[in-house]
Amino acid sequence: MTRVVITGAGTINALGHSVSQTFEAMREGRCGIGALDIRDVDRLGVKIGGQVRDFDETAHFNRQQIALYDRFTQFTLLAAGEAIAQSGIHFNGELSNTSGVVLGTAGGGVNTWDENYRTVYEDGKNRVHPFVIPKLMNNAAASHVSMEYNLKGPSFTVATACSSSNHAMGQAFHMIRSGIAKAMITGGTESMLCFGGVKAWEGLRVMSKDACRPFSANRNGMVQGEGAAVFVFESYDHAKARGADILAEVVGFAMTSDASDIVMPSKKGAARAISGALADGQIAPEEVGYINAHGTGTAANDKTECAAVADVFGRHADRLMISSTKSMHGHLIGGTGAVELLACIMALRDGVIAPTIGYEEPDPECALDVVPNQAREAKVDVALSNAFAFGGLNAVLALRRV
Amino acid sequence: MSVKDKVIKIIAEQAVLDVEDVKMDSTLEDLGIDSLGLVESIFAIEEEFDIQVPFNANDPAESDFDISSVASIIDAVQGLIAEQS
Repeated sequence: MTRVVITGAGTINALGHSVSQTFEAMREGRCGIGALDIRDVDRLGVKIGGQVRDFDETAHFNRQQIALYDRFTQFTLLAAGEAIAQSGIHFNGELSNTSGVVLGTAGGGVNTWDENYRTVYEDGKNRVHPFVIPKLMNNAAASHVSMEYNLKGPSFTVATACSSSNHAMGQAFHMIRSGIAKAMITGGTESMLCFGGVKAWEGLRVMSKDACRPFSANRNGMVQGEGAAVFVFESYDHAKARGADILAEVVGFAMTSDASDIVMPSKKGAARAISGALADGQIAPEEVGYINAHGTGTAANDKTECAAVADVFGRHADRLMISSTKSMHGHLIGGTGAVELLACIMALRDGVIAPTIGYEEPDPECALDVVPNQAREAKVDVALSNAFAFGGLNAVLALRRV
Repeated sequence: MSVKDKVIKIIAEQAVLDVEDVKMDSTLEDLGIDSLGLVESIFAIEEEFDIQVPFNANDPAESDFDISSVASIIDAVQGLIAEQS
């Protein structure tokens, strides 16, 4: 099987408009969650989010591009540009024919749905802009990346709610490992911080009105975020041959389905995904130094996730570090696993473990080392990234230091 | 601004040209307006004049709306305004 490595990373999220800004914020334990700046926020019960700040679309895209690019596509193109530039890879000839882009998103162009529903329902107009469909479709971001970078191989979008990014990156990993592709652009993106997008989440009554405090006994729910992270996955030989800088190796991936409940997580399903990723990567449990938790800050997730980690790792569960960076950038839903993979890369490459901020009170049911409030220096050989979605769809990636 | 000037302004904006460069005998192809640009132009015309343009992108030639040149588009728009107002 072909070894798979990461040679480029890019992002835009509530912590920054680049990977270096995001790493800096994670090292400092900075919170990107704040007051939402969106239309009709006064009619929302939840008024906070991990919003991308100081973002001017006209600084990056022209009028015609903006007519076709929803915010989730804009985020993706900026993150992809950063990742591909870092990687130094150029897609042409046979490499172009076999390389593609697989991205995760749960909602696609939610802002475009929202704006145009307003036009026809609230404003009573009977006509919408002709590009509404190509702008809102879930695959718009993947398609625009393929057009921008000449990627003519397998490209598609994965929608598995909060696991979308991990499922997408898992597909990219499998394609390179099996020899279908030499390089893939992958990651995830989401932008549903608009009135309708937040109102829908409000309905579930799992949202916090003040902060995301994963694993802390006084947690009171999740906080939405937005943004994208995109990576260049590449075969080890291909990356070596062109002298690329390798950020980390992708060594394992596993997917499971709980087959039990549409919203409640299952310890068994999560544990099978974690142990599956270890088995897939031929990783001994003791080698895992860091887990980027799904850690949503809901009671249901956090307790289940800690129990699953304890089951899989036994005594080693007390020695490894597990943190939820959602406390800083919020829950990017379909884009979340991609931004969180950055924390795994930082742990492996820089030896810095991103903290779980907002941690105030220990919870006996989450009695693991959650790296509370302050980043920590540690040498890590293997890092896992957990994602457990509504619908019981679990996807866990394993990365190894190179 | 006359109907003619407004239509030319919409077409010029779509083609990213100055209005002076949009000639009455220009075709959309001459101006570099593709199929997406055409439907966006028609949307802008409908919004500007509050009319319905009978146009089906599946087969533009079969539509009653003549898009063969800038002049024909202006004529068609004037006809629709007279018909629908």
